[in-house]
Amino acid sequence: MEFALSEEQRLLQDSVRRFLEQNAPLDKVRLAAGNTHTVQRSLWAGASELGIPGMLIPEDFGGMGLGFLDAAIVYEMIGRHVAPLPFLGTTVMAPLALMLAGSEAQQEKWLPKIAAGEIVAGVAITEKIGIREDAGVKALNGKLTGKSLFVIDWAEADFYIVADSDHGLHLVLPDAKGLSRRALNTIDKTRSVGELVFDRVAAEPLPRSSADAVARMIDAGRVMLAADTLGAGQMMLEKAVAYAGERKQFGRVIGSFQAVKHLCAEMAAALEPSRSLVWYAAHALDEVPGDARLMACHAKSHLSEVGRFVARTATEVHGGMGFTDLLGLHYWFKRIGLDRQLLGGPELVRLEAARLQGWAA
Amino acid sequence: MDLAYGPKYEAFREEVRAFLTKHKDQAPRGLGAAGRPSPEACSWQQLLIQHGYAARTIPKDYGGYGAKPDILESRIIAEEFSSARVPSALQNQGISMLVPTLLELGTEEQKKKWVKPTLRGEVVWCQGYSEPGSGSDLASLQTKATEDGDDFVINGQKIWTSTAHEADMIFCLVRTEPDKPKHEGISYLIFSMKTPGIEVRPLTTMTGHAEFNEVFFTDVRVPKTQIVGQRGQGWLVANATLKYERGMLGDPAAMETRFQALVDLMREETVDGQRAIDNPIFRDRLIRLQAELAAMKFNGLRLLTSASRGEDPGLARLIVKLQSCELTHQISALAIDVMGEFGVLYDDSPYLRSHGSWQWGYMFQLGLIIGGGTAQIQKNIISERGLGMPREPKLAK
Ligand SMILES: Cc1cc2nc3c(=O)[nH]c(=O)nc-3n(C[C@H](O)[C@H](O)[C@H](O)COP(=O)(O)OP(=O)(O)OC[C@H]3O[C@@H](n4cnc5c(N)ncnc54)[C@H](O)[C@@H]3O)c2cc1C
Ligand SMILES: Cc1cc2nc3c(=O)[nH]c(=O)nc-3n(C[C@H](O)[C@H](O)[C@H](O)COP(=O)(O)OP(=O)(O)OC[C@H]3O[C@@H](n4cnc5c(N)ncnc54)[C@H](O)[C@@H]3O)c2cc1C
Repeated sequence: MEFALSEEQRLLQDSVRRFLEQNAPLDKVRLAAGNTHTVQRSLWAGASELGIPGMLIPEDFGGMGLGFLDAAIVYEMIGRHVAPLPFLGTTVMAPLALMLAGSEAQQEKWLPKIAAGEIVAGVAITEKIGIREDAGVKALNGKLTGKSLFVIDWAEADFYIVADSDHGLHLVLPDAKGLSRRALNTIDKTRSVGELVFDRVAAEPLPRSSADAVARMIDAGRVMLAADTLGAGQMMLEKAVAYAGERKQFGRVIGSFQAVKHLCAEMAAALEPSRSLVWYAAHALDEVPGDARLMACHAKSHLSEVGRFVARTATEVHGGMGFTDLLGLHYWFKRIGLDRQLLGGPELVRLEAARLQGWAA
Repeated sequence: MDLAYGPKYEAFREEVRAFLTKHKDQAPRGLGAAGRPSPEACSWQQLLIQHGYAARTIPKDYGGYGAKPDILESRIIAEEFSSARVPSALQNQGISMLVPTLLELGTEEQKKKWVKPTLRGEVVWCQGYSEPGSGSDLASLQTKATEDGDDFVINGQKIWTSTAHEADMIFCLVRTEPDKPKHEGISYLIFSMKTPGIEVRPLTTMTGHAEFNEVFFTDVRVPKTQIVGQRGQGWLVANATLKYERGMLGDPAAMETRFQALVDLMREETVDGQRAIDNPIFRDRLIRLQAELAAMKFNGLRLLTSASRGEDPGLARLIVKLQSCELTHQISALAIDVMGEFGVLYDDSPYLRSHGSWQWGYMFQLGLIIGGGTAQIQKNIISERGLGMPREPKLAK
């Protein structure tokens, strides 16, 4: 029995942390945030040298063949540095779709390119969780019609994985005839989401598509978003503690005021158990199938709540400075804000958790 | 990450299960929260010791089972007893706090004399720390012990002393060196509650039961040999004890049992024919608590792994008392809310649910939030020790 990261996992996390410290400092994040819908190619190339894009892809296809816990601790670091990287769609959800539902030919064609960091893959799956604005994609005779919102890693994608209203998954090329695309601008400028509108768009079905495959993509996506929030929240706490240790008012550092200390203690007390939950939820995706879906729901909803509390509280500890653009603290605040809503907000996810246990129709 | 216990431990688990199947009928019905264990409870405890399911790692010489410490074995025992819903080893302040303290810091004679009967449930202890003027700031305590020949003579008052009215013995902090700085003038004494000069007055708590007491000392004579640790070192001895107390609270298995009872309740209680669990607002609160509980459970596993490696888990441990007490309280709060007016029925009222135990628990657990280091003191500890934030400027000397 060992509930801990392995030595290799700690090394992996450290190397990603060091890479991001050097290559994605706040001024780089700021620059990237001015161009949200542009992939940061050189940063992604650097991440490729660490094997990040293909970390979940089997070694046969040029990937590292690692598990979801490895992916979660990497995304935690990416969240920690609010790094503008197309991780969620390209590294996690699209390869998962290809591995679970794609043909051999599709896998051979696309997985090695993803693993090499050469391409970006978007994922259009929001309507499997909830339909707004009449969105939803119908598949008829190999053509897709309809629209999908909040497409993950929307910008510059070399292909999209699109879920239709019938548990089918499809691969769509960005220049396909009848496809139109609109960027959606959210508060979070470090990640791109957008809209795809389909008018009888030719699509390649993933032949082994199933409701299970779709659900598993969502589970994995939720755990990753929880990990992103964990990393971002942890960094906000550390920034708050550091700021409180320097800023003086009333002749003392504000970190010596108990009102401020207790806010920091409350953030730490909420974050520490959250880390254990994220680890387990990711581990369950790899190893405990019976627990995976429920724990993905718990991780997503719990981190959404803890993230919101930490994001606002850490900002408050920074006083007026926290509210400004000067410190850039808002990048973390906004990242946590997007994580909360993507792939289902906490209330919706808790309803799903209730259904899973037979507690709701 | 490897959550399998492996064949050696699974074999051990089978042993525990076999024991439970064979003996579970001998288990006492309820153990009660504290106080003096019933004769049934004592004989159950003794059976558990004999098989190594209580006092497992305490040396045989002192009345334990004498196994090598193995945190996973302890965990398996706890898991199996909890899932069989069989009362596990007795927990009281003597067993959980005094015994480990004596084993660490007591004299050979003290260990020989007190550990065994305490483990067996035959000797009941109370903890005499808090005073009217010294709660969170425990080190400011004023109960005096002056030297007189071979004895200390104690005068003063303790308060909030749980089970003092039933206890045989007390472990007590007294000031032996009034001129020293507050942390350096304290000694840790153990003595009989029948010693002349002790008066116990029960204090009724908000639950309506007298769960704790005031204890008055007037010229109480205690032989000097009944000190644990050195004279003036009582603060260190007490901190060893507090460390064990914090380990006692925040057991995820106990929280899970409460949560399961809440789920059962929510399936049974109806309003206008609708079950509480079908009410979307209550259900949302329930799932929210379930997620928090999962987080605390996995945090517990993380602590277990740290402990088995001899590592300090840092913040993951410092937050346990604060978070667990709060979560337990929230579980009771939801139970009361789903019952609505029935949730405030008490005593022997008609329509009383679960013997009033949710309401009793909701009040009692508020006591746990306060006792053993209040929530605010926990936050001081988390921020100062865990996050390295500046200490309060010292006003008190
Ligand atoms: C939207 C906005 C508009 C503003 N408009 C104006 C304006 O028009 N004109 C103007 O002059 N100013 C303005 N301000 C400044 C505002 O008044 C200050 O931001 C505010 O007084 C807090 O001061 P600070 O930012 O220096 O934070 P600090 O005083 O540095 O506080 C940082 C943190 O420490 C805490 N803290 C500080 N002292 C204590 C203490 N004794 N006990 C416990 N906690 C403490 C604070 O609560 C906070 O959480 C504005 C600020 C904002 C955010
Ligand atoms: C159910 C129960 C059982 C108990 N059993 C025992 C027992 O068996 N033996 C025993 O010796 N004692 C026992 N106690 C006493 C317990 O340890 C004290 O109640 C506790 O330490 C708090 O002390 P106090 O009650 O004097 O509160 P105070 O210390 O007066 O605290 C009052 C309030 O002030 C806050 N406060 C105090 N100091 C600070 C600070 N520095 N920073 C911020 N806030 C502060 C507290 O958090 C609290 O909210 C028990 C208490 C309870 C509730």
